[in-house]
Amino acid sequence: MSLRDRIRDSQVYRSIFRHPAPVDRRNRVLVVVSNLVLHLHPVAIPKHALRPGFTWCMGGITCFLFLVETITGVLLMFYYRPTLEWAYNDMLALRDVVSLGVLREVHRWGAHAMVISVMLHMYRVFLTGSYKPPREFNWVVGVLLLLLTLLLSFTGYLLPWDQLSIWAITVGSNMARAVPLLGHEGPGQQILAAGDTLNRFYVLHCVAIPLLAALLMGLHFWRIRKDGGISGPL
Amino acid sequence: MYGNEHEFLERIAGPMGWFYLSACAVNLLAAGRALRGRRPQRAGAWGAVGLTFAVLGWRAFDGNPAAMPEACKDAIDAVLGPVTFTLGSFLILWGLYLGRRVFVRPAVAFAGLNVSLLFLGLSLTDAQFAAVVIQPDNVPIVAMVYLLALFTWLSASAAVKNDRRLGQGLAPAEKDQAEKALVWPDLVYTELICMILASAVLLIWSLSVQAPLEQPANPAVTPNPSKAPWYFVGLQELLVFSDAWIVGVVVPCLIAFGLMAIPYLDPNPQGSGYYTIRQRPFAYGVFQFGFLLLWVLLILVGTFMRGPNWGFFGLYEVRDPHKVLALGNVKLSEYFWTIWLGRGVPQVAADAGSLAQFGHILWREIAGVTLVGLYFVALPPLLGRTLLRRLRAQMGFGRFTLMAVLLLAMMTLPLKMILRWTMNLSYVVSMPECFFNL
Ligand code: HEM
Repeated sequence: MSLRDRIRDSQVYRSIFRHPAPVDRRNRVLVVVSNLVLHLHPVAIPKHALRPGFTWCMGGITCFLFLVETITGVLLMFYYRPTLEWAYNDMLALRDVVSLGVLREVHRWGAHAMVISVMLHMYRVFLTGSYKPPREFNWVVGVLLLLLTLLLSFTGYLLPWDQLSIWAITVGSNMARAVPLLGHEGPGQQILAAGDTLNRFYVLHCVAIPLLAALLMGLHFWRIRKDGGISGPL
Repeated sequence: MYGNEHEFLERIAGPMGWFYLSACAVNLLAAGRALRGRRPQRAGAWGAVGLTFAVLGWRAFDGNPAAMPEACKDAIDAVLGPVTFTLGSFLILWGLYLGRRVFVRPAVAFAGLNVSLLFLGLSLTDAQFAAVVIQPDNVPIVAMVYLLALFTWLSASAAVKNDRRLGQGLAPAEKDQAEKALVWPDLVYTELICMILASAVLLIWSLSVQAPLEQPANPAVTPNPSKAPWYFVGLQELLVFSDAWIVGVVVPCLIAFGLMAIPYLDPNPQGSGYYTIRQRPFAYGVFQFGFLLLWVLLILVGTFMRGPNWGFFGLYEVRDPHKVLALGNVKLSEYFWTIWLGRGVPQVAADAGSLAQFGHILWREIAGVTLVGLYFVALPPLLGRTLLRRLRAQMGFGRFTLMAVLLLAMMTLPLKMILRWTMNLSYVVSMPECFFNL
């Protein structure tokens, strides 16, 4: 027996995967059905949906980038303190002192990439007419995810607390603040007060929006299955 | 921009060399493909282009990258303006749409790619152009432009192919691949490869471009211009045409609502689950207009052509903060009362009660209010009886009216632009007293 087969035959392997290696049809079905991650998928899909030319893989890439952002984001949280005193200095330290110096880069460029990929995903879904019945509601969920992605990126933009970030956010928040009655004169003033903004954005960025986005993604994926899988010509 | 032209050239020479080498490699690959496809002429053409890029690359590595002639730069900057850029892009996209059967041909698209790469390469030796394009936060926008071009082309060629089949009474190409494949191994491996590629791109990107970190935040020093993050720069661009809260709150809400409403406002059952243009020209046209022209294009204008005081600058034009800017500064009420009626603009009596004041304001803005009212109230039924008769019949009164109002709301943007350019009009309705300018 080869080493590979021996591993696959071992009690440990079987206890984890609950079925033999996916080399025949029966076990290829089983691996998808009985694996926590893979069972998001149906067991079989139409061949056209496999072609990158159809989906452009953009939904999947968006999901993947969200995971990358979650992991690098948690790592960044170990180093970053959202206070006026520390935020900028922690950025300097991240650049100059912390090992694995690309952490911030991966998180930042991953965020930009996610904004692009989610727009391209929407573009694809529109161009294949995949929002048509029965998938109308999943399109609506998608639009909410698009908004959350933009808000995630926007709230994160402030956190380095340098000139680039505060003025970019100021441009945005000034627009919101200009709302008659609710803005300058009303509650907007308190929500967007300088010292508190950093902390509020931090909590939104690290906890509130990601949780909401993860929930909606769950709904999005579940609906893809319930709506009959990936769209295709009837 | 850079103190020393020479220093700048030295800094970018290496990266430029790699840029040209990659362009060369892509062309040689294309030539190889053409050879295998028994198309010697085409192979020769791509080979020649590849060699040209190789020569350019060699010059760049040598520290002396080829530059765009100054006369060319001046000509491009002289032609570029908000009007020519917006209208020009519109006409180009319109032309691409009409001629899509020609433009989706791989050879034509590939030639377009080569032209754009050459343009980018020659322009990057310009310090001003490079300063904007190579800004770390702007790199993704360049990537997005290429990705959008790639995917627009990909979808259009699939659509053209399908449209041809549908014209012959056949099913769309996707239908031929309707039989099922097992998720393991086919999809799982595709996803794995995709994940590895995405990780590789992200890692290379992260290793080669450092995340920006400027001076510590200082509320006392306002950069000129201050720009929103790039995906909101298109909205910021609208500040030129309307009030901050309309742009920052009303417009985003309308966009979000309009997007969510799309599935409920598109009564066309055809074109679900495959690429086609012929079966849904209206939906396709409206979406492309809104997405490519009003969203993406405004992002490009805001990022690459807006400088100090939000003035419009050419691609190679030095960002001079003292540039004199053309302002749209005549209100419609002024046109109406002063120029057309030959009387003064009615004044709002300061001592009147607030209701009376509001009446005065309305009277002053009567032309604009009537126009906007007519636009949103009279145009939908009119459109339903003329241009969009078929849609009106399919959708019924309520849904059609909602669709038409959203569509008209979207069209206010290009209309406002045109009014600004032709009449120097600042606001159609201007009620600063009630925070309302349109
Ligand atoms: C965080 C954002 C999002 C994630 C992670 C995500 C993920 C996915 C994935 C993995 C798929 C499977 C097919 C594919 O990859 O194309 C999918 C399908 C779909 N998505 Fe999204 N999506 C997101 C945002 C959006 C947005 C912005 C829209 C539209 C406005 C949207 C609408 C849809 C629809 C209608 C489908 C079904 C497509 C079909 O059956 O062909 N999604 N999404």
